[in-house]
Amino acid sequence: MGAHHHGPARGITRWLFTTNHKDIGTMYLWFSFAMFILGGAFAMIIRAELFQPGMQLVEPGFFNQMTTLHGLVMVFGAIMPSFVGLANWLIPMMIGAPDMALPRMNNWSFWILPPGFLMLASTLFMEGGAPAFGWTFYAPLSTTYAAPSVTFFIFAIHVLGMSSIMGSINIIATVMNMRAPGMSYMKLPLFVWTWLITAFLLVAVMPVLAGAVTMMLMDIHFGTSFFSAAGGGDPVLFQHIFWFFGHPEVYIIILPAFGVVSQIIPAFSRKPLFGYASMVYATASIAFLSFIVWAHHMYTVGMPVAGELYFMYATMLIAVPTGVKVFNWISTMWRGALSFETPMLFSIGFLVLFTIGGFTGLMLSIAPADFQYHDTYFVVAHFHYVMVAGAVFSMTAAVYFWLPKWTGRMYNETMGKVHFWISFVGFNITFFPQHFVGLAGMPRRVPDYALQFADFNMMSSIGAFVYGASQILFLYNVIATIVAGEKVSDEKVWDGAEGLEWTVPTPAPYHTFEVPPKVGAAPAHG
Amino acid sequence: MAATEQAPPGYEKYHVPDSSSLAVRATAGLLLTVFGGGLVLNNMTFGETHEAGNAKWVLLIGLGFFIATLASWFRTTIRENMQGMNSAQLNHSYVLGMFWFIFSEVMFFAAFFGTLFYVRQLAGPWLAGEGEGGRMNDLLWPGFEFSWPPMITPQEAVGGTDIQPIANNGAFVTQERSMSFADAHHWYQWLPMWNTIILLSSSFTVHVAHTALLNDERAKFNRWLGITVALGIIFVFLQAAEYYEAYAHFGLTLNSGIYGSTFFMLTGFHGFHVAMGMTMLLIQLIRSVKGHHFTASDHFGFEASSWYWHFVDVVWVFLFLFVYIL
Repeated sequence: MGAHHHGPARGITRWLFTTNHKDIGTMYLWFSFAMFILGGAFAMIIRAELFQPGMQLVEPGFFNQMTTLHGLVMVFGAIMPSFVGLANWLIPMMIGAPDMALPRMNNWSFWILPPGFLMLASTLFMEGGAPAFGWTFYAPLSTTYAAPSVTFFIFAIHVLGMSSIMGSINIIATVMNMRAPGMSYMKLPLFVWTWLITAFLLVAVMPVLAGAVTMMLMDIHFGTSFFSAAGGGDPVLFQHIFWFFGHPEVYIIILPAFGVVSQIIPAFSRKPLFGYASMVYATASIAFLSFIVWAHHMYTVGMPVAGELYFMYATMLIAVPTGVKVFNWISTMWRGALSFETPMLFSIGFLVLFTIGGFTGLMLSIAPADFQYHDTYFVVAHFHYVMVAGAVFSMTAAVYFWLPKWTGRMYNETMGKVHFWISFVGFNITFFPQHFVGLAGMPRRVPDYALQFADFNMMSSIGAFVYGASQILFLYNVIATIVAGEKVSDEKVWDGAEGLEWTVPTPAPYHTFEVPPKVGAAPAHG
Repeated sequence: MAATEQAPPGYEKYHVPDSSSLAVRATAGLLLTVFGGGLVLNNMTFGETHEAGNAKWVLLIGLGFFIATLASWFRTTIRENMQGMNSAQLNHSYVLGMFWFIFSEVMFFAAFFGTLFYVRQLAGPWLAGEGEGGRMNDLLWPGFEFSWPPMITPQEAVGGTDIQPIANNGAFVTQERSMSFADAHHWYQWLPMWNTIILLSSSFTVHVAHTALLNDERAKFNRWLGITVALGIIFVFLQAAEYYEAYAHFGLTLNSGIYGSTFFMLTGFHGFHVAMGMTMLLIQLIRSVKGHHFTASDHFGFEASSWYWHFVDVVWVFLFLFVYIL
């Protein structure tokens, strides 16, 4: 075996063969940003088509392919891998571990992602086109009436699921087994806690998704009748299985975002996080509840009333632990020595907009009201408030917050603030009007719409172009920082930041904590 | 700044492996496998291939390369352990990895068991007009009555099997010829009973082997592990015989409605997992006999395989209850 204490290898094999958690984290982050741009391009096509009523640019079938691929690429390609990248970079440094627990598998979890997405994207060029049945791929749209490319879509989901399961097993093993002596569970930084719980959710539900697509595969190619009433099955069964995966999935996306915000808000409030223990319990409660509320996505499908009532009340319960979290973040800022650098701005943006998305979620949880909102743009507005202003804003905050630690260079603060304000305004111009068109009855997933929705749709499209363009500013700022940013050498880049990752040199050396640090009695988290 | 230079007393360095091409090779194998598999499947309808192409070679080459890479991966980890690179902490990472992998497998089976329960308790009765689904039965499937195993599919009830071949081959019609337990007097002729006995015994024999290993009795370990592998092979063989009987004599196929769908997918995935577990145990047996691997205190390869074996055994108990008996 080679000498230890070595730096990175040279050339392309550094990235292909690496077992280093920082290299793998970097690859995940860049890959997810590329997917963010790709999924964003699909969204731009959607908004361009919807700029005015009537058919403008694309065929209806292609429009459906765009909405489907936009959802799939953003969920599985952009948001999830970005947080896995963050986990790779940060968890070992936050708990004082030399690397992830299973470094070679870590490399594999990453490397099966790009080919998986290559296969998914290649369906665009296949006979019959790409999947056009929405990111939720309900049967029988995705079975009986699907284009032949659905087979490759199914295998792509299998591959992405393998990646997620292996990545999650790695994170669980790392957190359970690699903590430095003295780093007890209740001293873990909240980002580590939220990821531990997220990883558990992933290991629990990704196999269920694999089961669902396997049944689709069998129905399509071997004549089974899981989702066909003619043979004694039930298309609604697909929706139950899908949402048993899909509802925990939305917490898989948002819990790490909670973790990020719980690191950043204390740092810029120069106060410890308010209610640390209640944050941990709230996260665990949300994770538990996520398993027993799935059918609130299916109120209009024809469930017995008892089912509707159960899922309605169970869903409303989620507002309690989520409210605890929002309360704690605000209390953390209360009487803090606040400063508003870019990461803090994005975190506060997250806090405000995620709360709006939470409230519209509460509206949607009311079964009789949902009969009105179901499959309208109100739902689209709701989940973009939690997916974009929730997950993507917190991810952006995380990049600004830890980039100086990763690269040893400071980003351009002014440009960062400009990025925030354009994003914030652009996002709200895009999605706030969608509440109104949704409540007025505009269905989602349509390339054309009634004339009375024209003004709000034009606003949405303009906002979307602004928000999309602001990401180019973000990309420029990150690259400029890496290439020529002002150097920082303080271990603690932010004076209020707490935690082990701020005790290693800046930029973080290739190997950290090869010997575990001593963790004292004081909490390591903020 | 934390004290990063001084190791705490008794700390053994955690071995972080050097750069490795294993992951990229495994990725190439996996990609060829799924891409070739997709091409093969898109060339067929209900298991019948339309035209012979090169797709199956893409699939086979990919699969071969994938399996070879996994073999070389396991060989690497075994060698590292033999060279003493694994600290107790590292070994615990493998333990956690295996535990959570098995948990993910449990959830995979949960999807199929959930499907079985949903169909038997909800979808089936609704199709037959129970509850708020009464109208559906009148309008869509008049005359369909639900039982388990189903005597008939909804499509057969309305007599449209010619125009709608999906989910119906029309051959599977009677409850007497299902896989369920029909006759208490002839239980000894009932193959699933023997499969249950075989698989439960194999969980016992693998435990005996483990105990022998803990007591450093190599010959006894090899013998009982060999018996376990043999029982696994017999199980797979009997399962294949059952499938043959279902297809050739009962008319029960993947294509014969929801009973065939759930029956073959549940028992099929279980059988596949038995075959995998049996292969894992066989490799441990070869390691022990040929390479004299394993000591009383260091035998995780065997232990992980035996956990996996107990897991497929437990799945079978549920299968036996919910697919065959109830």
